[in-house]
Amino acid sequence: MSHDHPHHHDHDHDHDHPDPHAPRKDLEDTPPTYHQALADAVAELLIEKGVFTGGDLRNTIEYMQGRTPELGAKITARAWVDPAFKAKLLTNAKEAAAEIGIDTGPAPLLVMENTPDVHNVIVCTLCSCYPVFLLGKSPDWYKSREYRSRVVRDPRTVLSEFGTDIAPQREVRVHDSTADMRYMILPMRPEGTDGMDETQLAQLVTRDSLIGVIEVSAPA
Amino acid sequence: MGGLDAGPVARTEHTFEPWENKTDAIVRLLSNPKSGPLMRIDELRRGIEDMGPGIYDELTYYERWIASVANVLIEKGVIHVDELGRKLEEVKARHTPASSPEH
Repeated sequence: MSHDHPHHHDHDHDHDHPDPHAPRKDLEDTPPTYHQALADAVAELLIEKGVFTGGDLRNTIEYMQGRTPELGAKITARAWVDPAFKAKLLTNAKEAAAEIGIDTGPAPLLVMENTPDVHNVIVCTLCSCYPVFLLGKSPDWYKSREYRSRVVRDPRTVLSEFGTDIAPQREVRVHDSTADMRYMILPMRPEGTDGMDETQLAQLVTRDSLIGVIEVSAPA
Repeated sequence: MGGLDAGPVARTEHTFEPWENKTDAIVRLLSNPKSGPLMRIDELRRGIEDMGPGIYDELTYYERWIASVANVLIEKGVIHVDELGRKLEEVKARHTPASSPEH
């Protein structure tokens, strides 16, 4: 579920597309807000000072746009079919991900496994730390005051707002991320998926299940 | 804010604008050990917390980020407040009616 690919326009569902051939006002023609101008000004000053180059900036933007929940889903599906990979993932997530060519980013990462006895969910109460290298940019609600305040105190109610009801006998663990430690959830493989291969399994895994606010469900 | 009272979680999402992606990339480059790092993620957060709760709630997520980056870089002497002011005028001037015949 990537939001960052304006060129992949999906015309199957209709938003407001009045006339695709009408002349489009270029973004440059609208005066920037103060903060938009500030982003340009800071970027240009840092480039002039040689802190980084324009190429570094473009490459970083592109690289981060390529980070999507599909990466987290791929790791999850591999862990479901390969017990040795799963064991490694839970003890050394960075090395395990690297084995299948996935970069987990500069921050240390722990993968927490959901089991019939324990459900895990992540938050960052201080700011917005998130496994961005495996899931892409975090959704707005993850950074909201409401989610960050309440999920640590009353996780079961917050989870039920996402339609996830955790049985009372199942423990809920909330992992508070920091700049020095990120978490991703390894969801439980749903029942009735025995005949599915790794690629099909990966397609079941959603971003929200890797955050831990929902569980992965079997295809209907 | 962990543990404070708040209402239900509004499950909002939005598509990131180019300037938001740029701000995100600036922070990544500055916090990369290869740049020193010139600015750590903890410093970004401290810069945001310095804004106080009033401004915090008025600004959007990446507005807080770029404002914090500018303040911390000025504080550290990486950029000077006068040159930032001049550069801001330069950026804005590119978007004035004179340079854009469509207006």
